[in-house]
Amino acid sequence: MNAHLIARNVFVAALVAFLLALPLYTGLSGNNFLLTLFTRIVILAMAATSLNLIMGFGGMVSFGHAAYLGIGGYVVGILAYEGVYSGFLQWPLAIVISALFALVIGVLSLRTRGVYFIMITLAFAQMIYYVGVSLNRYGADDGLTIQHRSQFAGLLDLSNRIVFYYLCLALLLGTIYLVWRLINSRFGMVIQGARSNDRRMRSIGFPTFRYRLACFVIAGAMCGLAGVLLANFNSFISPAMMHWTRSGDLIVMAVLGGMGSVFGPAIGAVALLVLEETLPLAIGRLGYPLVGDVALRAAEYWQIVLGPLLLAVVLFARGGIYGLLPRGRRD
Amino acid sequence: MTEALLEIQGLTKHFGGVTACDDITLDIADGELHAVIGPNGAGKTTLIGQLAGEIAPEMGGIRFAGVNITNLPAWRRSRLGLARSFQITSLFPEFSVLDNVALAVQAHAGHSFRFWRDARSVPELREPACAALARVGMTGKADSIVSRLSHGEHRQIEIAMALATRPRLLLLDEPMAGLGPEESARMLTLLRELKRQYTIMLIEHDMEAVFALADRISVLVYGRVIATGAPEAIRANAQVRQAYLGEGDAAVLDHG
Repeated sequence: MNAHLIARNVFVAALVAFLLALPLYTGLSGNNFLLTLFTRIVILAMAATSLNLIMGFGGMVSFGHAAYLGIGGYVVGILAYEGVYSGFLQWPLAIVISALFALVIGVLSLRTRGVYFIMITLAFAQMIYYVGVSLNRYGADDGLTIQHRSQFAGLLDLSNRIVFYYLCLALLLGTIYLVWRLINSRFGMVIQGARSNDRRMRSIGFPTFRYRLACFVIAGAMCGLAGVLLANFNSFISPAMMHWTRSGDLIVMAVLGGMGSVFGPAIGAVALLVLEETLPLAIGRLGYPLVGDVALRAAEYWQIVLGPLLLAVVLFARGGIYGLLPRGRRD
Repeated sequence: MTEALLEIQGLTKHFGGVTACDDITLDIADGELHAVIGPNGAGKTTLIGQLAGEIAPEMGGIRFAGVNITNLPAWRRSRLGLARSFQITSLFPEFSVLDNVALAVQAHAGHSFRFWRDARSVPELREPACAALARVGMTGKADSIVSRLSHGEHRQIEIAMALATRPRLLLLDEPMAGLGPEESARMLTLLRELKRQYTIMLIEHDMEAVFALADRISVLVYGRVIATGAPEAIRANAQVRQAYLGEGDAAVLDHG
């Protein structure tokens, strides 16, 4: 372990410490907005982490990953609408159904590569999106309000903001740990080998399809769980949860934070969503003394600043934010 | 001659109007080093591709160790003990050398639906991989990232990966391609050692190496086997000389 390696660890440790300590600050200051924002960030970070398992490590660029957010969310929403509030029932069912969807989508789409894979996963996600739109009983386009958050027989009170936040954070950290174990296991070596050189993998004796499919299903199930959290967080489900732009956001988070690392997507989620909140304010505040009201109107177009920032990361920092942190030399 | 380990029967493959393999029938005997030579475009790599299971033949059959493998996917053939090296280096460039070879070991060490234990700490994978690296003289580079190594070293890793799958038959597709004289000499020594332990089908342009190593040689021209036999017989074969004279380099046959 050298000093360079420690720089990355310190950064990650600081981020985790910040996330752990956040409720202390918001509790003392009464700033609930910040807690709400970071609950959402943590949930989407979990979705991005699951996407990165297949995209960053498995080379499977899915442009329909938000579909599993929707599926997980709809399972919770529909069960709640039908009077089933038990989390012990809702959550496992949501995970299993997300996994089943991933299995079907994976079987059909993993036979393609590159742009075709991107398009076919997008197409499936759009199909699921429109199924959501057509579910008239469950709110169709307008979505559906969830009356009660999932109930765990009094063990966990999800309506308590702080409890819910810590649950989300624990599940995020658990997901990251799981992904880290996975990618370093034999299974993970096969997944990464297939990303690097699938032809060679087959020629040395690996039936790579089944491993890639299993990985795709695991990622779908993880993201389904994130969908469960998102539905509980919003107390609301709607097809917008799985709109293709949401899939795009997840990709941006992973790329921005760094696809080569298990912590990258979480870093990217924090960076992207915090920028989304602060850029309009920053543009307004900084520009106002210089150009007056024009700055306030310009603040509405904050994406003009975000776009080039993302472009710069893609062009000049292939490893994302995580990759920019100094690292140890490898040989 | 012992019985055939690999039997190729009437293998045929066209690419558009080009006949890459035209009714190829060949036996590779257990324990022999069988070289396949021929001018560029004779169909040698297409032949290996069909044997390894990457290209589907239009006609004909392949039997390996008594099993009909004509329709088996590449990974199953590898499990049966058929290993190939690639003419154009095909490795996992962002992994370490040892990781590359350990993957080849892992492919033959049961299923890989093992999700928890760190694969880099499993001695059953690392030790055979180290042994294969030692075999090709790459022990010192085990922890280097493959993309940073030289072409010659890549060729050696190719061989180590093939060995790590514990093969019965090695299909070596131009292992000396692009090597400098010193590296070629080292590879020749390595092949000479491997020859004692493995059955090898060697495709190679380096005639000196071919005539030094081969027990038997088959000559492929325009997708056809025009001759098969011991090196001396091939050297003297009129048809072979004709084929190479057409190419203007029959002299290579005399120098070998």
